[in-house]
Amino acid sequence: MTDLLTPLLELHDLSCERDERCLFTGLNIRFAAGDLVQIGGPNGAGKTTLLRAIAGISQDYEGEIRYSGQPLATARWEFVRDSLYLGHLAGIKKALSPAENLSWYLAQTGDSSDINQALTAVGLYGYEYTPCYQLSAGQLRRVALARLYLSQARIWILDEPFTAIDKPGVAQLEALIARQVTQGGLVILTSHQDLTLPQLRMINLQGYQPTASAFEPGGATANG
Amino acid sequence: MANPTLKNDRGGFSFLAGFVANFRRDLLVAARHKSELANPLVFFLIAITLIPLGVSPEKSVLALLAPGIVWVMALLATLLSLDGLFRSDYDDGSLEQMLISPQSLYFAVMAKVLVHWLVSGLPVTLLAPVLALMLSLPAEGFWALFTSLLLGTASMSLIGAVGAALTVSLRKGGLLLSLIVMPLYIPVLIFGASAVQSAVQGGAIGMQLAILGAFLALAIVLAPIAAMGALRISANG
Repeated sequence: MTDLLTPLLELHDLSCERDERCLFTGLNIRFAAGDLVQIGGPNGAGKTTLLRAIAGISQDYEGEIRYSGQPLATARWEFVRDSLYLGHLAGIKKALSPAENLSWYLAQTGDSSDINQALTAVGLYGYEYTPCYQLSAGQLRRVALARLYLSQARIWILDEPFTAIDKPGVAQLEALIARQVTQGGLVILTSHQDLTLPQLRMINLQGYQPTASAFEPGGATANG
Repeated sequence: MANPTLKNDRGGFSFLAGFVANFRRDLLVAARHKSELANPLVFFLIAITLIPLGVSPEKSVLALLAPGIVWVMALLATLLSLDGLFRSDYDDGSLEQMLISPQSLYFAVMAKVLVHWLVSGLPVTLLAPVLALMLSLPAEGFWALFTSLLLGTASMSLIGAVGAALTVSLRKGGLLLSLIVMPLYIPVLIFGASAVQSAVQGGAIGMQLAILGAFLALAIVLAPIAAMGALRISANG
């Protein structure tokens, strides 16, 4: 089905505009299974916009995104089944408990995993049935991160996953990301923290801004 | 080299599970926001209670106005509750997750609209005969009022979902929502109120109810599709 040469995910000549301002243009990147990619760039460079386009939330882009060699338009269901997106907004209902939130999420993805185990893994053992409005910002973020333990998706798209997480939590999350990558997953993330993961590949969106296109496409180390 | 332990061919996928999960979650959220739940119902109650005080306590006058007043107030009560239909999901990011879920968005929208109707349209319908009694609606009109509202409020929840989905990304979308939805509510209002009037005068109401039923059938099929498209547009912004 998928031979080794076909990248898991491929961006072909992708460009995004926001309020008549071009954020990035001519983005050609191949993501293979086992890649760990950090999207870099200053605030407002279009990192979130890019991740939302890749995740399939926003269709407001030009160019093509291919999943396993097929355009997203034809392989959309397979792609959303195989991907996980964690955005700035956690997707957590404050009136519900962590367990209730996650069971909704599980039904949405169609997976079956152990919610209690995932909540224990993110350090929320004992908070399963506490309403989320009683949790702290970091704990709320951890409820969202518990989805990573539930998920069986190969592609993780994480927008600032380390926000509001304490130091041990960051180390644990890094280990989890490393495990996903060694298991043949693909992790695309944005973060303003310096990550210590050895497999990390940086892609700087500044190199794809229209003003910079006259220069050599900096940061375009797009090896497949 | 990567060890391919993660695969995409996982079995056991149920589309009904998405509907049930959304339905259960929205009911739970509604049950935990009881004050919001009571909003349209309290509006309905207060508005109708004020009519005899403001217009006339005369029985014959009220009986004449009752079908129209109850229907207009039911319409406004529905309109009042529409803005929150997708708002909280948009604000907390659940909507994004629904858009990229392998579950069908159609059923997710259906589940949300069904819950909306269960907590706004249905209570209004159940309360309407009691309030109609206060407006001294003749007894022949009760059954027509109940059935027409049952069909009508369901259509209004479905049509309203399209407007709510279109305006969800706007901070102050309330006025725009009313402007979008109101013209589509007018046929429902006309046939609903006319069914009650006709029943009071001893006429047949089969035609009006059939048309309301046809509206509902059309809305069930088309409104979630329109709302899906609107939600995708709203998420782009």
